[in-house]
This record gives sequence, structure tokens and C-alpha cells, in this order.
Amino acid sequence: MGKSVLKGDVLKFPPKNTSMVRVSLMFVGVALFCLYFSDISITTHDPWLEINRMIVGVFTPDFLAIGAIGDTLLKTVSFALIGVSMGAVSGFLLAQIFHLRVVRLVCSFVRSIHELFWALIFLQILGLTPLTGILAIALPYAGICAKVYSETLEESQTHALQVVPDGSGIISTFFYVRLPEVWTHIVSYTSYRFECGLRSSAVLGFIGLPTLGFYLETAFNEGNYSEASALLITFYVLIATIRYWLRPRLIGFYLIVAPFLLGGGADIKLGNVMRFFTFDIVPAPLRGSSLFDVSSWVDLLNWMQTLITAQAFPGIISTIVLTQIALVGTAFLSLTLFPLISNKFFGKYGRMLGHLFLVVVRSTPEFILAYIFLQFWGPSMLPAIVALSLHNGAIIGHLMGRYSNEISLRPDHAHAINLYGYEIIPRIYGQFLAFLFYRWEVIMRETAILGILGIATLGFYVDSALADIRLDRAIFLIVITAFLNVAIDSLSRYIRQRLRLSRTVQHHPN
Amino acid sequence: MFQLTNANLGYKQSSVLHNISLEINEGERVALVGESGAGKSTLLSALQSQLQNEVTLIPQDLGLVNNLSVFHNIYIGRLNTYSSVYNLLNLAWPQKREVQKIKPLVERLSLVDKLFTPTGELSGGQQQRTAICRALFQGGSAVIGDEPVSAVDNHMADIIMKTLIARFTTVVLALHDVDLAIKFSTRIIGIKDGAICFDQSTVDLTRQDLDFLYQR
Repeated sequence: MGKSVLKGDVLKFPPKNTSMVRVSLMFVGVALFCLYFSDISITTHDPWLEINRMIVGVFTPDFLAIGAIGDTLLKTVSFALIGVSMGAVSGFLLAQIFHLRVVRLVCSFVRSIHELFWALIFLQILGLTPLTGILAIALPYAGICAKVYSETLEESQTHALQVVPDGSGIISTFFYVRLPEVWTHIVSYTSYRFECGLRSSAVLGFIGLPTLGFYLETAFNEGNYSEASALLITFYVLIATIRYWLRPRLIGFYLIVAPFLLGGGADIKLGNVMRFFTFDIVPAPLRGSSLFDVSSWVDLLNWMQTLITAQAFPGIISTIVLTQIALVGTAFLSLTLFPLISNKFFGKYGRMLGHLFLVVVRSTPEFILAYIFLQFWGPSMLPAIVALSLHNGAIIGHLMGRYSNEISLRPDHAHAINLYGYEIIPRIYGQFLAFLFYRWEVIMRETAILGILGIATLGFYVDSALADIRLDRAIFLIVITAFLNVAIDSLSRYIRQRLRLSRTVQHHPN
Repeated sequence: MFQLTNANLGYKQSSVLHNISLEINEGERVALVGESGAGKSTLLSALQSQLQNEVTLIPQDLGLVNNLSVFHNIYIGRLNTYSSVYNLLNLAWPQKREVQKIKPLVERLSLVDKLFTPTGELSGGQQQRTAICRALFQGGSAVIGDEPVSAVDNHMADIIMKTLIARFTTVVLALHDVDLAIKFSTRIIGIKDGAICFDQSTVDLTRQDLDFLYQR
């Protein structure tokens, strides 16, 4: 130790940053570092030409194709309804045994794989059938619902348990006391999940299912921007009015009708299913060779080494680079956007415009935003960064705006930028970081999937492997992606704990 | 029925009540009085933990399930007497039989028009009456209540006290209202500064005892 110096009451200058500020600056630093290595060039020949045509399309929506639009939307809703219902019900059952380590592990693995990856996997097993779309939604949603429901049940107030007479049995106690205590929260979380399910269902169209993404891609390819804009506008209206048409009493009816609206598809071939498990996903060096032969295991190691150095490693690097840039982009945008819907900054009409903007941006899946920007700027990280930052910034901005509305200020509070910097931000910054770190893993999952659009993240290598019909490679890369997500999730939890950010966020933004 | 010998009661590290010895016999009607924070609730939960299965409870936080109706909250008092299947049936479709049984209770405590209202939508007094109905419906030989009439008016408090006394042979209540304690109990225990400062049958109780209890 050095000499002890009596500092007295001399103030140290500059003052030490709080840990929240230090962590934030660290993340900004990492993002700038990543930005230096990222590829954000614009590769299209004349981006403005296409943008102009698209803007014209936005303002001239073509609702004449309403028949096709209606059909697409019905299918999109049906896939979401069935998929989310199955996911929620199985998630609820799993939540009852969530204390088992194996259940927790399986759930965290299942939810760390993006719906689109699941869809690509099921596409190999089941072909282009409705079941592929349903399972692609149901499986990851079961994982996430199981986690959230079990947390909710765990944290519920259990005052009433002390008055339940002895010998009432766990079933009666569960339905009379534990479930009613959390019912409201479960319903609101599930309806939030349904909104996410609609977006997932829409995106499934990009791999060929008959949902919104499919028609959107067709419209874009044909340069039919007026139809695309009509399609998107109807989708926004559908999402904005969920609470009016998704009445609890009607859900049973919807669920009976929905299976008939999914449309047909190829038949499921049992042979394909069998081949998938016994041949396709078996790493090539092990196929047909004896498991007792040392040379086939040596071959496997070589196979893995090549795959890791040539694909997984560069994929991981660019996934992380893109994620970190998009995370900080999200942070800046949400800090900029939340005042738009905050009653501390805007009047009623101003806020309405803000809400409209945020609803549109957060209702458009990242994947679709990225797809649109990709048409402007060509394949580089730029469209992905902008899409991810916009979508997630709008989501967190929305949550923060609502949060800031609950703050009560003294009557003689500061105004405008002083209000923002001295009164609002210091009060909501902790919550903001909590939202952001919850979102981190979601951003990474999306980043990986954007590879399908041609950006060199992990999804790109998965997609190429599938295009070459090398399922063993695709599955290997998907599993690596899942582990990367699990790792980010634990890192995020560690940082949240270190910063003592509220363990339970009221509105899970994940 | 209840017995404590030289007990130190309280939360893990700090004991609120020191060196308590106390015996309560069947058939007694005991009122615990004292300032808030004196340790009444601590004493009650110590008594309750002695006879967990045989005593009916009206906790201070009432223990209601606020998403369920008054009817279902009252029914919870007898969940153990029916099969799970019947309980679930009654949860989805309130059974006539049960409604008939519960009706006289809610009529007596003027809750009949709220029978199928979720307790979360009720006033504090109505919630308290629901918790009391649940205890009455549950029945048993002894009841322990923590300030069970703190949120109702004097007239209703009288009705509630009479009903409780008629239903349970042994009654142990923490009460804020000393007059109510004198009116309905056979024995009054005064608690002050972590100790029992008097423990007398109601007829022997003097003004001085009570004054001392609330002296600073």
C-alpha cells in the first residue's frame, strides 16, 4: 500500500462515475470499436431511385388487392393463434415443473433458437406444411412462457396461503389461490406474446409459408410498392386493434376456426422424418461408418475444426460485432424516442403522433425492416444495424415513455433539455438499462437470423449450408448460435445483478 | 389449549416479546390490547403456530384472493372438506348447495349484494367482512383474529363480535378498541414494551391498568 495521505474534506475532481455510467461508457466504447471493423457500405448503384419509388408506394397504398391481403392476414393470424396457444399451454404446464434443472436447461436451449431457425429445421423434417409454421412458433414460445410463468408464480403474493385449511390438496390450492393471484399478469403477458407471435408468423412467410412475409417479398420483388404498403398498413391496424378483436370469450371460437384457414401444403412424408433423424443431421464423417472405428472420430474432429474455423468463427465474430453496434444504436434511439410519448415533454396531440410512429416501427418485425433497408442500400451491416436499432429502440422507448409518465415532478420543475437531463433521465436510467439488457439477447438472436438476408452473421452460414443440403452443418451452426445466445443471456443477468437493476421488469420486453 | 413458557418471540434475530408465559384454556374469550407495534401480532402468530391445524385464522392482511369473488373467497375456508373435482366444478360454476350455505353468512354481514364481486373491487371494510365470513364458514373450535374489526363501523363491529363468539368456543383477538374488548371478552391481556403488562379477567380490570398501557 502507498503512504496514507490525509485528504481531509478536499473534493476529488473529476468525481468518480457511478457504475451505471461506467458500464454504459464501456458498451459505447465496444460498439465504436466494432463499428471500426464493420462493413457499413452502401452497395446499391442508385439508392435514391428505389427509395423514391418506395415513398411513392407508401403514400399510394393499393387496397384493391384486398382479397389477397385479407387471405394473407387471416393465415398470419391463424398461425400465430395456434402457435402461441400451443406454446402458452405447454409453457404453463412446464412452469409447474420448472424447478427441475433439466426442464430449465431444455427451455433455455429451445428459446435460444430463433423461430425462423426452427422453421428451417422443421421444413426439412415436415416439408412446407402448416405444422412446420405452428411448431416453429410453439416450440420457442413454450420455452419463454415456461420461464416467465414460473417466475410470475414464484413471485406472487401468497398471503392467502396461510388461511387455506390444512388438507385442501395441491390442486384445489393451486386453482383457488395460486393461479388467481397471477391470472391478470399471465393474461397480459400472454396477449403480449400473441402480438410477438403475429410478427413471428408474418416473418415465417419469408421461408415460404403463406403468411404476410411471403406476399410482402413477392410485392417487393415485383416492385409493387403500393400493394406492399397496403399490406403493411392493414397489418399495423390489425396489431393496434388486438384488444378489440382478441376477446377472451372469442378465443375458443378462433381456435376452432383457425386450423381450417392455414391452407394446405405438401404431405408430411414419414420417410423424410426418419431420414432427418437417422441420416441428415448426423455429421457427414459419421454417416455409415462404424462408431467403434477411431478414424471416423478423427474425421469428425477434422470436420468440426474446418466448420468452426471457416464458418462458425467468422459468423460468431460478425454476429457479436453487429449485436454490439445495434445494442448501442437501440440505446441511443430509445433515449431519443421516449419523450415522444411522454407527458413530461409533449401534449396530447404531439403524443398521439409519437404513439403512431412508435407503433408502426415496433410492429414491423426487424426482419422486414432489414429486408426493406436492404433494398435501399444493398447487403452490408448497415441495413441490419438501422433495422435492429429502430425496432428495438421503439420498443424500449415505448416502455420508458410509459414509465416516465408515472413520475410525479415538483410544480416548479425544470423544462425541456434541463428537465430531460436533470429530472427524467436520472430517475429512469436504471430501468432503461434493465430493459436494454433484457433486450440484448433478443437483439443477438435477431442478428443471427438476419444472416438469411445475406449479411454474414451466423444465419448466413446456416442458410448456405441448407441451400447445399448439408443439414449436419446447419444443425451444428444452429446449436452454436443457441449457445452464443445462452452465453449472452447469462452475461446480461450477471451485469444486471452487479448493477442491482430491478430483477423483475414489470413489462418483460423480451 | 395454548401454552407458552418463558418464550422469546419475534423475527429471526430480534425478539419483540421477551420471556412470555401464558396459558389459554378452551372456552376463553381473550382480547389482546396494546399500542400498535407492541407485539400483539407476534404473540398471535406464536399462538397460531402451536395449533396450526385446529385454529381458524383471520390475519391482519386478511388473506383474500383478490381476483376471486366474495363467494369463492369464503368457500376457500372449506376447500379441505371436498374433493378437488368438486372444488374445481364449484370454481367454474358456483354450486347452488354452496351458495345456499354461504348466503346466511353474507346476509348477516350485509355482503349479499357483493356475493359475486371480486374482492379486489371492494372497500376495506367489505374485504374485512369477507375474511370474517370465510372464518365463520370454515368453523372449528378456536379462532385467532388480528384486528378483525378495524375497518368496520361500531354497529357492524358489534354484530361481528357476537357472531364470532357464537360460532367459536375459544376466541383470541387482537383489538384496538378497548371498549369492545371489555364488552365481549372474558379475559384481557395488555402488552407493552415487549412484555405482558397485565393479564386479568375482564371483571377485575381497572381503569389504571388500561391507562398505564397507553401511557408514554
